[in-house]
Amino acid sequence: MLVTMQNPSPDIDVAYIAKLAKIELTDEEKSRFTRDLGQILDYVQQLEKWDTQSVDPMYHPIPVFDALRPDVPGKSLPINAVLCNAPQQEDDQFRVPKVVESAH
Amino acid sequence: MMSPEISLNVLQNALRSGKISPSEVVEYYAARMDELNPRLNALLSYDKEAALAAAAKADVNLPLGGLPVAIKDNICRKGITTSCASRMLENFHSPYDATAVEKLLAAGAIPFGRANMDEFAMGSSGENSAYGSTQNPADPQHVPGGSSSGSAAAVAAGLIPAALGSDTGGSVRQPASHCGVVGFKPTYGRISRYGLVAFASSLDQIGTLTHCVEDAALLLGILCGHDEKDSTSSSEPVPDFMSGLHDGIKGMRIGLPREYTGGGNAESVSSALRDAVQALQNAGAEICEISLPHAETAVASYYIIACAEASSNLARYDGIRYGHRSDAALDPDALFSLSRAEGFGEEVKRRIILGTYVLSGGYYDAYYARAQKARALVAQDFAKAFTELGVQLILGPVAPTPAPKLHAEDITPLQTYLADIYTVPANLAGLPAISVPTPQNGLPVGVQLLAPHFEEARLLRAAVSLEQSWK
Repeated sequence: MLVTMQNPSPDIDVAYIAKLAKIELTDEEKSRFTRDLGQILDYVQQLEKWDTQSVDPMYHPIPVFDALRPDVPGKSLPINAVLCNAPQQEDDQFRVPKVVESAH
Repeated sequence: MMSPEISLNVLQNALRSGKISPSEVVEYYAARMDELNPRLNALLSYDKEAALAAAAKADVNLPLGGLPVAIKDNICRKGITTSCASRMLENFHSPYDATAVEKLLAAGAIPFGRANMDEFAMGSSGENSAYGSTQNPADPQHVPGGSSSGSAAAVAAGLIPAALGSDTGGSVRQPASHCGVVGFKPTYGRISRYGLVAFASSLDQIGTLTHCVEDAALLLGILCGHDEKDSTSSSEPVPDFMSGLHDGIKGMRIGLPREYTGGGNAESVSSALRDAVQALQNAGAEICEISLPHAETAVASYYIIACAEASSNLARYDGIRYGHRSDAALDPDALFSLSRAEGFGEEVKRRIILGTYVLSGGYYDAYYARAQKARALVAQDFAKAFTELGVQLILGPVAPTPAPKLHAEDITPLQTYLADIYTVPANLAGLPAISVPTPQNGLPVGVQLLAPHFEEARLLRAAVSLEQSWK
């Protein structure tokens, strides 16, 4: 049985997706990825061929349910270990560009 | 007494009988690294002084006492750069050890060398490393395979007797096949992923690259077991993988899927498979043709799932807490976008974009949910083979061809992905699988064996039989 994909769209809007993914792409990358991803999405359309309506999706290769550990306080990494890889830091905190616009 | 192909087992006996000291072992491999690594580029770094210091204190009576092991550069080692062969993590020093590394250290092994790889384990040629591609030791014109390119090449060239790799869609088995070493991916969850830099969490598994199957069994016994730091690590009992390894496979039923023997394979791959069938039959196994009817959906399903998970996992690289930070950014949004643009290489960007797309509003059901259903079909094929069809193992190729040429420019990303057809199913289904080298005159070619979940002992026993028949 053929099941049709809803709104199949091999024409991927790479500029928009790059915005969602927060990666600034060059124009050259945008055109290359549009071509590459178009081919890949064309190929994956073949999944349409298979009737999967009665199949449960498999999110994990081994059944893992409620894998919870006992809620016991443990030791965290010391602050200097956490901050040692930060590109910019100040007063034991991560330094970031100004987030809030100044009021006028 | 040292030779480039010496196994961990032989080396261990030599260390314990005092024929050689741990320091002499380190000196031997350090000399080979100095001589060969500038050309091969299999290791991103190696610290001879640290290895010698560890050798001086080594207790050779520990399970891996005094044995050097290279670590793929996406497995964290405290205080050491863990770059994932990416500009993004060029200056990242891990604040902790991966559980797998902790276990190696506790067993007396000496971590020696950070193995080159495709950036963030995304690739199958080793050419996606930000620090240059690795040469195949069997032929410098060819790639070593990937993404555990450096791990496979380092073992094949005798720079190190064994290495850790990671396998998300074949990244241990395929380079092992291309370089002529044993590549072993255990069942999903056998080895803790804590400290393995995440690519696709439902597929990632640490594996080993060694000269022989026995060494793979030795390392697995040390590495596996439940870890409270990885909730997906398995609590399944851990058998002694070394015992019974040489018991043979008389009467074992091994399935050969007809979907894996079609016309798409190179002649050396087809003949390697025929040789393997013959060798297994000679060892007393029964080979029966089976069908995995959904085999053709595996690549499509895999790339949707792997890229979706990657786009989520790699969202952590924001230029703030660790990793590359752009100097050009004036506001938070630009900080994210520019840091990621400058830090990630092309293939990583391509996969994040694809993964973001398939998870985005309106496309989730059409792509991601459908891929997870196809994944279930792939897993059901295997389950049926192992139960209804009654086979105990499955035999197949590792890759459709031997190692391709370095820097081949006319290959599209899709064509590269399609070559993963025989390795991704084991990851989708979480099965243990191993690549065993076959006798070849030209480029190396491995064959693959797959087993049901947690049946590594059976898998290794058959792999030993194959190996022995070719000695």
